[in-house]
Amino acid sequence: MKRKGRISEAYKEGKIGRISQLPLRIALKFTLQNIRIRFGREILAAGGTLLGTAFLMSTFMQNRVLHAVEKNLPPDIQARATWIAVVALVVCTIGITNSMLIAVSERFREIGTMKCLGALDSLIVRLFLLEALILGVGASIGGSILGFIFSFLAYWGKYGWKKFIHALPVGGTIHDFLLVFAIGVVLTVIATIWPAYRASRLPAAAALRVEV
Amino acid sequence: MAVAEYIVRTKDLVKEYVMGDTVLRALDGVSLDIRRGEYISIMGPSGSGKTTLFNMIGGLDRPTSGSVFIDEVDIAQLDAYELAWLRCRRIGYIFQTFNLIPVMTALENVTLPMIFAGLTTDEAIEKGVELLKLVGLGDRLHHKPNELSGGQQQRVAIARALANDPGIVLADEPTGNLDLRTGKEIINLLKKLNREKGVTIISATHDLKMIDVSDRVVWIRDGKIERIEEREKLELKVGEIEGEEVG
Repeated sequence: MKRKGRISEAYKEGKIGRISQLPLRIALKFTLQNIRIRFGREILAAGGTLLGTAFLMSTFMQNRVLHAVEKNLPPDIQARATWIAVVALVVCTIGITNSMLIAVSERFREIGTMKCLGALDSLIVRLFLLEALILGVGASIGGSILGFIFSFLAYWGKYGWKKFIHALPVGGTIHDFLLVFAIGVVLTVIATIWPAYRASRLPAAAALRVEV
Repeated sequence: MAVAEYIVRTKDLVKEYVMGDTVLRALDGVSLDIRRGEYISIMGPSGSGKTTLFNMIGGLDRPTSGSVFIDEVDIAQLDAYELAWLRCRRIGYIFQTFNLIPVMTALENVTLPMIFAGLTTDEAIEKGVELLKLVGLGDRLHHKPNELSGGQQQRVAIARALANDPGIVLADEPTGNLDLRTGKEIINLLKKLNREKGVTIISATHDLKMIDVSDRVVWIRDGKIERIEEREKLELKVGEIEGEEVG
């Protein structure tokens, strides 16, 4: 059998070549449009990250404020609060994975079509991860601000402005913001790895399926 | 060697699907040679294996045994990159359900395969506009699929299929979701492109209107080629068949 020879021959004759990836600008535009057109659904998916990061942010603030105001606080209360927030985030992550899996099965035909047009598996993975990244960034910013505002108002009301504002260090709060933001984005992207992989494994022939 | 006469060849193609305990033989030794520039229709009732054959020719599925040669290259030997390249550059696909990317405009849909093929955005847009004019949608460039009628969407899909000047256009029930008149228009457009661009058109269909324009019709039944009819013989029978269609 001289099968291998036939392929390299085909290469030389220019019959077979390699495929290009989608430029980032186009991928970004495509993803943003995708999010815009399915806005309600995407908000639900991102809602997990939003609420999770809001909860984490308020827990961090609670730890800081209580630590400063209530001197004789047992240390394990803070640890427990953080633990609950982390568990909540993990639950939210599973929710995102679920939403994304549904998104993949909804878009089977679109993914199959992209593959028929020449998209590589890696492009499909990238598009889904890019979507998760955008959702994660948006939801994490929103969630951390939301958590901050709610805790801010709550502790202001509880301790009064003067006592409370001294308990809240600016540097520490910025640190919390960045940490919560990073956790939210990373978890959203991680939650999408499995659905993105599933999407990339869809056969190109899925484009032909008529039934949903 | 000059340009091969046959653009697609299948040899003893067998495809089996395992469904629980039973093995379903969707294709049972199909050998078919398709000439360059031919307009060929694969006809058969649903479940006859025509979609399976279509998938094999399009490199969308692997045969259980036997081979598919496209431009004399056995596609079973291609890796994932080469297969993607083949789908991108050598084959254009047209679907029953149009399958335009819903978030993209007509022009963006047509340019997508060209971007995959490595064209710059400017080159792709220039060619995309040209192709959309060719299919009669020069004034619908920036419409989204949901702003277009079924026939218009299928025209966009045809323009997209031609984006990288493929040698082969594979059409799976291209008129299946269209009314009689629009279907006829799409068939005439395909025939025109077949004549003018010399592109080989392979269409899986049970739309008898297709027979009119086909050079050959391959009838599939129970995973086997029942008969292949040449155009000359077909023309005699068109009258009878149109009678059938009304009913």
